[in-house]
Amino acid sequence: MQQTNVLEYLERTAARLPDKTAFVGESSAMTFSQVLRSSRTIGSALARRGLEREPVAVFMPKRPETVAAFFGCVYAGCHYVPLDEEMPRYRLGLILENLGARMMICDESTLPLAGELGFAGETASYDELAAGPADDGLLARVRDRQLDTDPVYVVFTSGSTGAPKGVAACHRSVIDYIENLSEALGFSGRTRFANQTPLYFDACLKELYPTLKFGAVTYFVPRQLFMAPVRLVEYLNEHKINTICWVVSALTMISALGTFQRVKPRYLRTVAFGSEVFPVRQFRLWREALPRADFFNLYGPTEATGMCCWYKVDRDFGPGETIPIGRPFHNTEILLLDEQDRPAAPGETGEICVRGASLALGYYRDFARTNEAFVQNPLNDRCPERIYRTGDLARRNERDELVFVGRKDHQIKHMGHRVELGEIEVNAAALEAVRSVCCVYDERRGRIVLYYAGDAAPAQVAGALRERLPGYMLPNRVERLERMPLTANGKVDRTALGRMDENADK
Amino acid sequence: MDELLKILESLHPDVDFTTREALVDDRVLKSFDIVAIVSEIYEAFGVAVPPEEIVPENFNSAKALYALIERLEDE
Repeated sequence: MQQTNVLEYLERTAARLPDKTAFVGESSAMTFSQVLRSSRTIGSALARRGLEREPVAVFMPKRPETVAAFFGCVYAGCHYVPLDEEMPRYRLGLILENLGARMMICDESTLPLAGELGFAGETASYDELAAGPADDGLLARVRDRQLDTDPVYVVFTSGSTGAPKGVAACHRSVIDYIENLSEALGFSGRTRFANQTPLYFDACLKELYPTLKFGAVTYFVPRQLFMAPVRLVEYLNEHKINTICWVVSALTMISALGTFQRVKPRYLRTVAFGSEVFPVRQFRLWREALPRADFFNLYGPTEATGMCCWYKVDRDFGPGETIPIGRPFHNTEILLLDEQDRPAAPGETGEICVRGASLALGYYRDFARTNEAFVQNPLNDRCPERIYRTGDLARRNERDELVFVGRKDHQIKHMGHRVELGEIEVNAAALEAVRSVCCVYDERRGRIVLYYAGDAAPAQVAGALRERLPGYMLPNRVERLERMPLTANGKVDRTALGRMDENADK
Repeated sequence: MDELLKILESLHPDVDFTTREALVDDRVLKSFDIVAIVSEIYEAFGVAVPPEEIVPENFNSAKALYALIERLEDE
């Protein structure tokens, strides 16, 4: 029978390799049978409370037990919603408000903070939920009612209106993604992952699910190591890591600081990167350091469940050249549509639109925004068919590879995170002593610059933003202006601000 | 020291770098900041921070960072 539930990955591998280590964190590790047992126990505890087909918030740090909590939610027929202590309280509050969840799972480190969030539902500790017995009959009845079109998770990404928006994905799209990603990148039971990306984004699917599917292993790299490049590479060597799927900024941190002159990763054979353009100079340092490794550029929006395009580097790139995003995974198609919604001609730029089973379900409890982004395929007037309009622009090069060109709007990629400049602006404008505000992105130096007019001091604005926005969304420079430059029709002149920023350090 | 403080304050104007002792552990500084600080130190002091010195212990406070710069200047 064909797979219809992500739990089948875990169940098949736990039966085959019960005592093999699956996930390793800083202070604990779990085997496949331990993950299975804890997930089933948690699932039973949630199901006994009558939770089903609803969100369950998982507010825990990055550790193996958190993965078991995720799958506990799925065993109960619920969808997990990862929350993290890195998120400021204000943002956690917005997310919980959007969710309307009745249950939040915490561990001893997040329980005290959870109490301050004003969460209306029940807060339960992981240790308690994972301690009781599993109820096999109850879990079987829940499973019987689950469909592959039911949501597995909701993850929150930046929203231009000032509030984060949740993206829900179902079993079918996760399975479609994991099968085709694994095929393209060649994952197997011998794969040893080192995870860098947070568990509260879809980026971590790349490690969590193939680990369960193949009986591979994932090490959660301690966060501090990303501030100590030599130790980081030594960690990779110590644990014989052969596969990493990291954001570009984590990779360039290693190469740009001269790490390879001291130590090289000895076991790495697969290096996947994405979410940002890899500066060619840094990329070449990586290829020189690892001449035998395969490098993959990945591209994809959260709304298409993780990644949807891949390119295996097969040639050299010179300065000024861009590494393509290649072609879509099997069972996904990319349409490049021009402004009249017609297919862009070869070499012409068009908006990347995705069709296929990998499309996410949509924005959580937000049908209006879902219907704006997930629309009828304009090339199909025969039957209903959803495509997702990414807002990203691309063209096909002479090799028929897709090449990322830019954005239609003010969304940027910063340190591997997707950021709506509008969300920063709305939060800065909410301050009383700020009259007008505009956020620009300096692509060359990779930094967010916030300009504002008003009586507030820059330190006040920066401090207020720190309380409302996650670290990766904080401006790298905050500058007060006497007045905002305006265009002839009275809009903030972004081009003038961009020029101002260019001249700032001269 | 003033020059170093100026570099740090330009990154995070709301942080009092004269008193904070756990800039990395408290997640004030991100890996992105470290790369920027290393390149600004090179610009301002002419000192290249070798990769093995890029560890949280050296970046947790302005004082520790300044001590590192002085040590590297002497070498």
